[in-house]
Amino acid sequence: MLAYFIRRTLQFIPTIIGVTLIIFLLLNVLPGNAALMAGGRKELTAQAIEELKEKWGLHHPIHVRYAKYMIGLTKGDMGVSYLRDEPVSDVIGARIWPTLRLSMYAMIIAVGIGIPLGFYSAVKQGTWLDSLSMVGAVSGVSFPQFWLGLLLMYFLCVKAQLFPVTGYGEGAFSNIVLPAITLGLGYMALLARTTRAAVLEILTEDYIRTARSKGISEFLIYNKHVLRNAMILILTTAGLQFGSMIGQTVVIEKLFSWPGIGSLVVDSIFQRDTPITQGCIIIIIFVFLVVNLLVDLTYSVIDPRIKYQ
Amino acid sequence: MKNLEQFTRRKNLVIGAIVTVVMVIIAIFAPLIAPYDPIYDADLMVAEEPPSLSYIFGTDDQGRDIFSRVVYGARISLSVGLISQLMNSIIGITLGLLAGYFGKWVDDLIMGLTNIMLSIPSIIFALAIMALLGPGLINVFIALGFTNWSYTCRITRSQALYTKNLNYVNASRALSYSEVNIMFTQILPNIVGPILVIATLGISGAILIEASLSFLGLGTQPPTPSWGGMLATAREQLFTAPWISIFPGMFIFLTVLGLNLLGDGLRDLLDPHTSQRK
Repeated sequence: MLAYFIRRTLQFIPTIIGVTLIIFLLLNVLPGNAALMAGGRKELTAQAIEELKEKWGLHHPIHVRYAKYMIGLTKGDMGVSYLRDEPVSDVIGARIWPTLRLSMYAMIIAVGIGIPLGFYSAVKQGTWLDSLSMVGAVSGVSFPQFWLGLLLMYFLCVKAQLFPVTGYGEGAFSNIVLPAITLGLGYMALLARTTRAAVLEILTEDYIRTARSKGISEFLIYNKHVLRNAMILILTTAGLQFGSMIGQTVVIEKLFSWPGIGSLVVDSIFQRDTPITQGCIIIIIFVFLVVNLLVDLTYSVIDPRIKYQ
Repeated sequence: MKNLEQFTRRKNLVIGAIVTVVMVIIAIFAPLIAPYDPIYDADLMVAEEPPSLSYIFGTDDQGRDIFSRVVYGARISLSVGLISQLMNSIIGITLGLLAGYFGKWVDDLIMGLTNIMLSIPSIIFALAIMALLGPGLINVFIALGFTNWSYTCRITRSQALYTKNLNYVNASRALSYSEVNIMFTQILPNIVGPILVIATLGISGAILIEASLSFLGLGTQPPTPSWGGMLATAREQLFTAPWISIFPGMFIFLTVLGLNLLGDGLRDLLDPHTSQRK
């Protein structure tokens, strides 16, 4: 078991290097001067520009800058913001908790409702309840989330005045309800669809027929045979689609004025504050990769066959 | 009776196709359908009018007819979806064929790249490209057209791997077909089905991301009417003119829903395994 964990974790390293390389190249392909000019510092003299380039290390060739960045990254150093003159890690550190909190709430909504709903639909396949929840699921996947957010705002905040419209509200529970529902609903619909498909697929397997012919109760069949085998398929989708959910935080945070990484990255793009943009994007991808690594490691716990492969 | 039965079995496909065709017709005939000009017919005297007979979806804060803007917005959304997905399909198919057919280091290199692409959420990748290129519609095409080819590439590769040693491919090799010829005439036709399904779902994904980017102000720039862009300022007008939020979003939803149903329907149609079970 431990060997499998270590092997999977080591496979993670080349991916991290590849991803950071692509993002770094994309964001740093502009030459140093252009980067500064674009940052709205057109009034600077040539000498001041040289000094700034020196200060931010922009005078090095790009491969040296990448190497320096990666070495810094292992120590938690992500450079200095062009605009705020603060370390990027401090700026991001102050904004990361709201984003994680929002994703966690959305995740609880999605997993807590989506998986039971999909399971129930599969068990009741063909009934109107099944049809209804699957129509709901396909609509949920197609909903533009910021539109859902706007509609919820209108009906629940403006009309019913149940929740505050926007803002973090010092972390009050009533402030997180709407953004979390908005973020979680699409993911929930997706999990419901995946769960239903996985359960239906497994119900046709030979070992289910065998279990039934042995006279095992339906309750045990669903709980032991179906759920456990379906979990692998569900987890795979859940892990892969977690990325699109965490990507959506960018839009949801902007809509609800949520002070997280998502709104930070959008602001930094408009301000041309590349170190911040880069730091946020790398952090978001890192979270996504860690979640997928955890999913991979969970496989071996759910299905002991996997670690021997 | 038989037709009815077939219809219910294929209702995803039929409903999806109808919605998609309607949206395409709206986009193509936008100038005939829209009663007003989407940009220049701005009249502040009728700003933020609720839906009425002369403005069936109401007007926005600059007094422009929302219905006309929504109709023209279909052009932006559908062209972003179609063109960027076409780029993705071409990249994915080419790389997938190369990887599967030549194997060895070509395969390792392409698959390595594919795995990296898969580990970057597509909207985040698009944001990185927008940060490099700056806001604008052309840049949206680039950001979406180069970032979503990994699934196509994977499917193409596995099919190419499977097919390349089958007898009919060996036969065409014996007939001294060129490698490129074999790839495109012998192997590619086998994968058209799955690629079509991925492409349909990819178009709807691209439409959603374009809407999100325009909503954030990074995509289509005003005054060009785009569905996401029309919603960008809607939050501020939620109290005074809620209809501004409703209609553009509804069109994004319907278009994406239509394409998703069409994609699901195509998958069921092309995969006998799932359609039998139903």
